[in-house]
Formats: sequence, structure tokens, C-alpha cells
Amino acid sequence: MAAMIELRNVSKSFGGVRANQDVSMDVPAGKITGLIGPNGSGKTTLFNSIVGYHPIDGGSIRFEGREISRLKVPQIARLGMLRTFQQTRIYGNMNCVKNMLISVPHRSMGYFEIFYDHSPGELERAERLLEFVGLYAKRKLLAGDLSFGQQKLLEFAMALMNQPKVLLLDEPTAGINPTLINGLIDRLKRANEEFGITLFVIEHNMRVIMNLAEHIYCLAHGQMLADGPPDQIRADKRVIDAYLGAH
Amino acid sequence: MLNNIQLLIDFPVFNLQLLLDGLMIGAIFALAAYGLALVWGVMNVKNLAQGEFVIMGGYIAYYLSIDAVVRIGIPGTDITFFEVMKPGVNPLWALPVVIPIMFGFGWLMYFLIIRYVIDRDLFTSLLATFGAAIVIQQVLNLIFGPDVQTAESGLGTRILFGSVTIQEIRVLSLIIAGILAALVVLFMKNSRMGQAIRATAQDPRAARVMGIDTDRVYAFTFSLNAAICGAAGVLISMIWVIQPFYGIAHSIRSFVIVVAAGLGNLPGVIVTAFGLGALEQYGGFALGAEFQQAVVVGLLIVVLVVRQIMQARHRQVVR
Amino acid sequence: MTLAMTKSQRTLGLYGLIAIAAVIAPFLFSAYISQLTVLWVMVLFAITWDAMGGQMGYNSLGNIFFFGAGMYISAVVQIGLHYDVAEYTAAYGAIKVDFTPTQYYTGLVLGTIVAAVGSVLFAFLLSWVVFGLRGPYFAIGTLGIALAAGELVGAWEYVGAGSGISLPVFPGEPEAGERFFYFAFFVAAVLTFFFFRWLYQTRFGLAINAIRDDEEKAEAMGIHTMRYKTITWALSAFFLGICGSLFGNYNIFIEPLEVAFATVVFGIPMVVMSLLGGKGTLWGPVIGAILYHVIKEATWKYFLGWQWVALGLLIIISVVFFQQGIMGWAQEKWPELFGIEVEEAPAEGEEEAA
Repeated sequence: MAAMIELRNVSKSFGGVRANQDVSMDVPAGKITGLIGPNGSGKTTLFNSIVGYHPIDGGSIRFEGREISRLKVPQIARLGMLRTFQQTRIYGNMNCVKNMLISVPHRSMGYFEIFYDHSPGELERAERLLEFVGLYAKRKLLAGDLSFGQQKLLEFAMALMNQPKVLLLDEPTAGINPTLINGLIDRLKRANEEFGITLFVIEHNMRVIMNLAEHIYCLAHGQMLADGPPDQIRADKRVIDAYLGAH
Repeated sequence: MLNNIQLLIDFPVFNLQLLLDGLMIGAIFALAAYGLALVWGVMNVKNLAQGEFVIMGGYIAYYLSIDAVVRIGIPGTDITFFEVMKPGVNPLWALPVVIPIMFGFGWLMYFLIIRYVIDRDLFTSLLATFGAAIVIQQVLNLIFGPDVQTAESGLGTRILFGSVTIQEIRVLSLIIAGILAALVVLFMKNSRMGQAIRATAQDPRAARVMGIDTDRVYAFTFSLNAAICGAAGVLISMIWVIQPFYGIAHSIRSFVIVVAAGLGNLPGVIVTAFGLGALEQYGGFALGAEFQQAVVVGLLIVVLVVRQIMQARHRQVVR
Repeated sequence: MTLAMTKSQRTLGLYGLIAIAAVIAPFLFSAYISQLTVLWVMVLFAITWDAMGGQMGYNSLGNIFFFGAGMYISAVVQIGLHYDVAEYTAAYGAIKVDFTPTQYYTGLVLGTIVAAVGSVLFAFLLSWVVFGLRGPYFAIGTLGIALAAGELVGAWEYVGAGSGISLPVFPGEPEAGERFFYFAFFVAAVLTFFFFRWLYQTRFGLAINAIRDDEEKAEAMGIHTMRYKTITWALSAFFLGICGSLFGNYNIFIEPLEVAFATVVFGIPMVVMSLLGGKGTLWGPVIGAILYHVIKEATWKYFLGWQWVALGLLIIISVVFFQQGIMGWAQEKWPELFGIEVEEAPAEGEEEAA
């Protein structure tokens, strides 16, 4: 099994608080992997460690076999690993199409290409992806005027525009109208199947993650509690206890 | 240039002289820097007019120390209602005068400018206070002219170890700076206003919920800063020189100290201020007096670069 | 489509009008030619600052550094072509330059080219010092660079230290010289304007806007933020270096604190002009520069002695109370004029997204 992201004994503490302790896991290429855990169990910290927001205290993080725990955010992003934010981050003062155009992949761009105009192909792809997430009709509106759920979709479309190898999604369904969640799950699955993007998803909503992921890791108190396919996790007593706070 | 460095090695007693001078000037830098740290930490306002407050305090002391004709009339005309000869007094007496005047000036500036920039981005406060700095410089220049001035305290000098000269006024100002700093620290620790200031610094919203009038706290903090700077200016005017455009160097010194020591780190501010004072004396002596200002600004850049390198280790930037 | 045509025709007409006015102005108002010349300098200042502060969100207080650096580089090149620079400056003007027109123009052109290249090199070098700094730290750091440069040059005997350098005088009638520099600055400002106008329409423009709006997000999307920031700074430096070289020759005499690295006279006004006109817009800096310059010249004329006090107050007022600037205010008021679409009735549901 080819692991796209490999974590070995990753530890991170803030002051005296141990946010992650000896976390090891594999995110296989081409699959959808889930990460769950109660509030404060260190999920977002782990994400931030992987994408390079802060240094880790120990352990190793490999992306396609390459050690990335000392690289910085843009370097890691250019390798093809992208993340979305729990609080969506889009460019509110620009319209949706511009938001998409900013997100064209920069990893292969040469010194002169950065002065080119956007090609018609890029524009077309931007519009196609906006259609994919259902925002085509709103493409000329300022992104800041969209509703929160629409902004999340836009951020997702921006990530796809960047053509990453792996996409780390931090709670993609949080704050989204429940009636839209099925549509979002469907789009995530299609992104995985049609574009071949490996997904690594933090999710609070159990129904979503059980439907989405093929393999789930569960963190509690910064340590790896359990991992396995959805059915196994659903039945795991330790996981249930962690969520119900039986400690 | 190299001769001077050789001199320091041949006559170690010069080192003592430079260190003592640096220490005594550094104590005054510490006052202004503490004021900046206060305003920065509590209100998140980066005050570039810090040095101008210092120079303003210095000019008030200088004005009190000289014989001058005070004329009250209509400016620009010969109409005079009242004219009196003001005899010069010892500038040490300026301290009790300058502190309330500068406190009032700070209060005025808060209500005219600062209150509008508190919630805005930091660049706004930087630029607005820079504008205020230009106004203060120019008004001082119009009143007092561009000459370099010193307020004469009339105290003598003593000689130690045969060649180390110590001006008594410098020792006195070191003591005064220490007393002032202690008073401010005691005030911040024990008084109700001091506690309100510290509470507001930690969390302004929570402070507001607890019934603290944060607007008043901010006004008081800014005024307190102006008063501290004014007091520092009185000392500067007696032991060093003042000039309408010397304020920017004092502002930069305050920034160097605060950026190097960090906010809310009073011992750090004092130690860094002494260090800066000494470094400046050494730099001025070794490279020549014309490089003294360059040393100050150069240190600012060095401090910022060092901070960046430290942050980069944490995969972060200085923000 | 017809609307687009009329719009581009309108734009063309506007440019034509400005060009005509700019060309006849020095002849029509020959008494004010020096003010008009400096006006174009101010326009160039505001545009180059706005590329950094307005479009990329990096509020530099030290861009004046490149103006001064260009000025000194050019002066050293021009003098150095025919004299020993150290001897020349040590003589404090006792050595009189006597250049033939050919010598003068070759010196000016060569000096300007070296100044532009030198400023760009400085921008690349200094980018390592300042671009790890964000927000107010960046502003203070760049201010420190400008001040340090002024102090260091002021203590550097080779370039005349505090007493500066006298530069060769324009060969020919003084009036012809005034007109020559008027058009030199006019062309420089126009080239700067059109260069940045083009730049903002490319991918590059969008990327630096992204850095301004959310740099962390831009980094997370893999944009080479450092590269974009460095290039933008270098482009500002390029035009400022040229401008500095020309200004040194226009002014004949250069000196570190009041002419070259003049933070209060030029460095801070760069920022104020951009803010006044509306930062981050194409025309804002131009309008701001014109407005600032008119106010400045008026205060010079009517409040002599108090002019800097008035300008300090202007800085405070424009920064504190009118920060969106003229163009920003217009954009808020008539967004459709600026191609921004506003949803008529904000839809509550997300039916389309479902």
C-alpha cells in the first residue's frame, strides 16, 4: 500500500499542554481517510503540523517518501499538499472567478509565466469547477457576499483548481445547512474519484465521516486511540467512551 | 577610527567611563521605552511620536531654565496686554511642572487623534502618530529655532580614578529615573487605575463587561505615557542636548528596546535600555560621533533581523 | 459590446486630454514650471508606493531609500566618469565641472541606467532583511532602512558626507533645462503608470492582491509569496531609482537628509498621497499626488513657516478620518462603475448550491 502521507511518532506540545503525543498514521494514496476525535483532542494541531504551520517537537512527517517536517507552508503546498481552513478563508473583496484564478497551481510556474495573462483554458476550468460546486450563477459576485456555506464550497473549488495530490479538509461540513451535506459528501467523493485527489478529512459529524472515509483514525487527548474501517470504529468501545467523555 | 579602539584597550579606564555614561543615559531611554511598551501592550498603538514627547518635555524644562520675556497679547501684532520678565529657575524644578503639562497634552492628543485609531489596523496608528510627530517637531522649531540646546542644572562634576569624569547631574538623573520608574510600577501594581489598565491590556472586552470604562483607561494610559516621556525629556535636556528634530532618534530607541525586550517585560526593558545606552556610547566613540544616530537605527534593523531568524525557526514570521 | 467600445473610447479620450494638458502646461504656465515638474515626481512616488502598500498590502515607510540610492549611484557614476570622486567631493565645489553636452547626456543616461540597476539590486538584497516582517514591523523596518541610509551617507566622506555633491549643470539655456527635466519626469511618470496598469491586469497583479487580502491563505495555496514580494519591491525600486537619478540632476545639488533620503519631505508624503487618492486603485495615487501637491504648494505660498505643521495635520486628518481615499470612497458609492457586481436581493437560501 502506497502511503502518501506517513506520520511516525509525531509529538507537539504548547507550553505544558501535549497536543499530540507519538502519533503515527498513514494516509494511503487515492483514498479518503478520516480523522475524528472529541474537541481538543489535537486534530487541527496535527493538520497544522503536517502542512507546516509550526515545528514539531519530535517524530517524522513524510509526503511521498520525502521528509517535510522542516519545510514551510508554501513549500509544502507547492509539493501538492493543500489544506482548507475550519473558518473558511477566501478573498472576500474579489469575485468568485478571481478567487478561482488566484488558485491556479503555482508549483510549476516559471519566472516569466507569472507576468502572463490568465489563459482562456484556465478561465474555462475555473468556470467548470464553479459549476461543479454549484456556484456558477454567483461567479461574478464578491466572495465576501456569499453565505458561509457557499464560501466553504468556493474554498473547496479553489482547492480543486490548484490540482493538489492530497487535500486536507478541516471540518468541511461544519456550519453548513444540513440539507446540503449530502450534496457535499457526493462532491467530495467525486473529487476523489474523478480527479484522483487523495482526501484527508477532519470531521465532527459521524454520519458524514462514516459515509465518506474508507479508513478512520481516532485521536483522544493527543494520542492515537483507534483506527480501522468505519464499521469497526463505530463499534469500538474506546471511541464511544471518548466521545461520551467516559474517562 | 581604529585609534579610538586602540585607546580603549590601552586605557581600560575609558571603558568604565563609556559604560557609566551609557548606564546613565540608558536609564532615561528605559523610561521612554517603558511608556511605549505600556501604550503598545494596553492599546495596541505604536506611537511614533514617543521621541517628540521626550523633546517636548526637554524644551519645557529648557524654557523654564532661561530668562525669558513672557508676553501675552495678540500673536503677530504689537498689541500686548501683559508682559513680564520670567527669571530662569533650575531645570530640576521643571519635573513637577512638565509631568502634569505632558499628562494633559497626552489626554488632548488621545481625544483628538488616538481614540480614532485604536481599533484600526496598526499601520494607521503608526502613520497618524508620525503625522503628530511632524506637527510637534515643526511647532517646536518655530518656537525655539533649530539650535541645539541644553538646560543648565548648575551642578558640578567629579573625577574618579584620575580620569573618569562624572557629572553630578547624571548621577542625580539616574536616581530620579529610578524613582520615577519605581513610582510607575507601584502605581500599576496597587492603584485601582493601574489594575484597570492591566485588566484592559489582557482582554478589553472582558474588562468592559466587568464595568471598566476602557475609553478612560486608554486615555489615562496614553497620558501617563506622555508624562513619563516628558519627565525623561527633562532629564535628557539637563544631561544631554535637545533639538526639535532629535525626537525621531528617541522614538527609534524606544522601538529598539521594546522589540528586543518584548512587551510586558519590565526587567528586560531596563536591561536592554542600559545595553543600548552603552552600545551607543561605544559606537559613537569607536566610529565617531557622526555615526551615533546611524548606530541607533542600525541596531533597530539588527534587532528586527534577529527576531526574524528566531521566528523562522518556528516556521513563523514576525507579525 | 457597444458599451465596452464607448468605455474604451472614453478612456482613450481621457488619456488624450491629460497628454495634451501635460504637454502645453509648461509653456502656458512657465512661471510654475518647477512646481509642475515636481508634480510628476510626486505622481511617480505615489504610483510606486501604491504597488507595495495599496496592491500588495506591504506598507513601506522606506521606499524613499531607492530614490536616494538611485540619486547617489547616478551622481557617483556621472562624476566618476571624468573625475576622482573622493577628490571631487573633498574639494566642496572648488572643482567646477565643465562638461560638454555629449559628456553631460552620456553621463546622465549611463548614470540613470546604473541607478536603476543598482536600486533593483538593493531591493533584492534588502528583501532578505524586511520580508520576514509583517504589518507594523515591516513599516518600522523599512523606515529604519531609509533613516539608516541617510545617516550612513551623511557620515561617508567619499560621497561628500553631510555636505553633499554638486552635479553638472544642464548644458544650455536654463529655460531649456527646465523644460528638459519637466518632460523627463513626465515621461518617467507616464511609463510608470502604464507599466503598473499593465502589471495589475496580469496573473502577477492578482497574486499580489491575494497577498494583500490574506497572505496566509496565499501561502497555503502554494503561491511563491516571497518571490512576488521581492519582484514588486524591485519594480518600485527600478522606477524610483530612475526618478532619483533624474531628480539629482534636476536639483544640481544632492545631500543625504533633505534631498536624497528625505523621509519627511518625500518619504512619508508618498504614503499620504496614495491614501488621499485611494490606495489599491489605479487612479487613486495619481489623483492623491495631484491633490497633495496642490495643497502643499498652496500652504507654501500662504502659510510660509507653518507649511510643515499644516502638512502634518493633513497627514493626520487623511489617515485618521479619510483612509479609504477619494477613489475608495467613490468605489463604495458607485460600485457598478468599477465593475463590481452586487446581488440585488441577497438570497437567504442556498438552493442553487444544493
